[in-house]
Amino acid sequence: MGKNNKVKKEYKKLSQQKSPKIPLARNVIVAFVVGGGICILGQLIGELYISLGFDPEKAGDPTVATLIFVASVLTGLGIYDKFAQFAGAGTAVPVTGFANSIVSSAMEFKSEGLVLGVGCKMFSLAGTVIVFGTVTAFFAGIIHALLG
Amino acid sequence: MGRYFNLAVPVAIINGATICGPVEGKGPLSNYFDTVIEDNSLGQASWEKAERQLMETVSKNVLEKSNVRPEAVDIFLAGDLLNQIITSTFTARTMQIPFLGLYGACSTFAEGLAVAALLLQNQDISLCLTATSSHNSTSERQYRYPTEYGVQLPPTAQFTVTGAGATLVTNKSSASQIYITAVTIGRIVDLGIKNPYEMGAAMAPAAKDTIKTHLEKDSGGLSSYDAIYTGDLGEVGKAIVIEMLQQEDINIEHIYDDCGTMIYDLDQQNVNSGGSGCACSALVTLGLILHQLRTKQARKVLVVSTGALLSPTSYQQKETIPGIAHAICIERKEGSE
Repeated sequence: MGKNNKVKKEYKKLSQQKSPKIPLARNVIVAFVVGGGICILGQLIGELYISLGFDPEKAGDPTVATLIFVASVLTGLGIYDKFAQFAGAGTAVPVTGFANSIVSSAMEFKSEGLVLGVGCKMFSLAGTVIVFGTVTAFFAGIIHALLG
Repeated sequence: MGRYFNLAVPVAIINGATICGPVEGKGPLSNYFDTVIEDNSLGQASWEKAERQLMETVSKNVLEKSNVRPEAVDIFLAGDLLNQIITSTFTARTMQIPFLGLYGACSTFAEGLAVAALLLQNQDISLCLTATSSHNSTSERQYRYPTEYGVQLPPTAQFTVTGAGATLVTNKSSASQIYITAVTIGRIVDLGIKNPYEMGAAMAPAAKDTIKTHLEKDSGGLSSYDAIYTGDLGEVGKAIVIEMLQQEDINIEHIYDDCGTMIYDLDQQNVNSGGSGCACSALVTLGLILHQLRTKQARKVLVVSTGALLSPTSYQQKETIPGIAHAICIERKEGSE
């Protein structure tokens, strides 16, 4: 077993040496700029709704809906995934990434029917965000209640 | 070590048929393929139906090209990447030829021909049809994410080839000038790679193992080969194979290439480390390599299809990726024309 592990370790070294490195610095900078850009776009849309007479407190709702709509259309047109290869976390983290995960799953599993395909599987990627988002909110709520 | 078989009865490749998707059609080898489709979906309601149409098309085409009726074929050997190799089963349902299903992931092309060649040592049968296919969008869903899901791939990732290849082989010697003369059935080699975006690294040790076995057992040795091709190791796996063989004093670099790096223009097409999938080695062999053998640019070639035998469940459960490689030696018989 010991010899086997040594072979595997050496192989890992060789394979890493022959593999191009993930351009981490480039990816982080692009994600920062694109993610920030999407947020600025969101802010502009929000300001637009406020100028149209929305209550500043509630302008967030139509703003998010607009961003989700745009991301969904871009997913349907086959553009979002290509942009995501360029932008990485920049397009994954904002609400647009969440919309993309749901719409892409719904499209993919449409061929398996409306109930067991689209219905069951559209949350196959987004489900984890919902579960852990809800759990986090639960604990945050408890802490908030305790600290008054 | 794998197991080398020198075929007492050389198996003639009567014809091959190929079809490829639009991305492969923009690649450097597109002129060598029979059919290039414009639309990945082929107008079908699902990607799976489209892939089935690819395999059915090549299976029918190779028989038509060779003037052989389906009833004349003894055994149909096919495999693909989808659950329960469903593309192959549906194709076999259409063809109505006695069917043996194969699963060797991307090694299926050579696996099919190797099994057919060994079966054809038995003179009770005379004609075998082999086929394999892969589709970029069905494999995305099978192994990774929905096709339109936005995810950033690392540079070691590979791009699944859309296409299919079928081959008609026989043990009746006058049928062709091109023969499978020896095969090596590979064994599983697993050196602990876990990341499904490092398929090249996962499969390279198996390729090295099979190439080494084959060259040691072949009485002609390395110098008798005009070319050696691996199936779909990509740039990363190709570099690893060269290095690992060099460590054992086998230098293949001058005659070696990988189908995954040949089928696309790696600088212009956005495919990271190169192509992968069952269709990768099938398209390059039946398109380019058969052409080179027929036009006498090559006389003896080794095709080593490589497979990463992971399942979506196994890698999510953090298992390592078992690799395999099967080799077929294809030769043009001198003086047979």
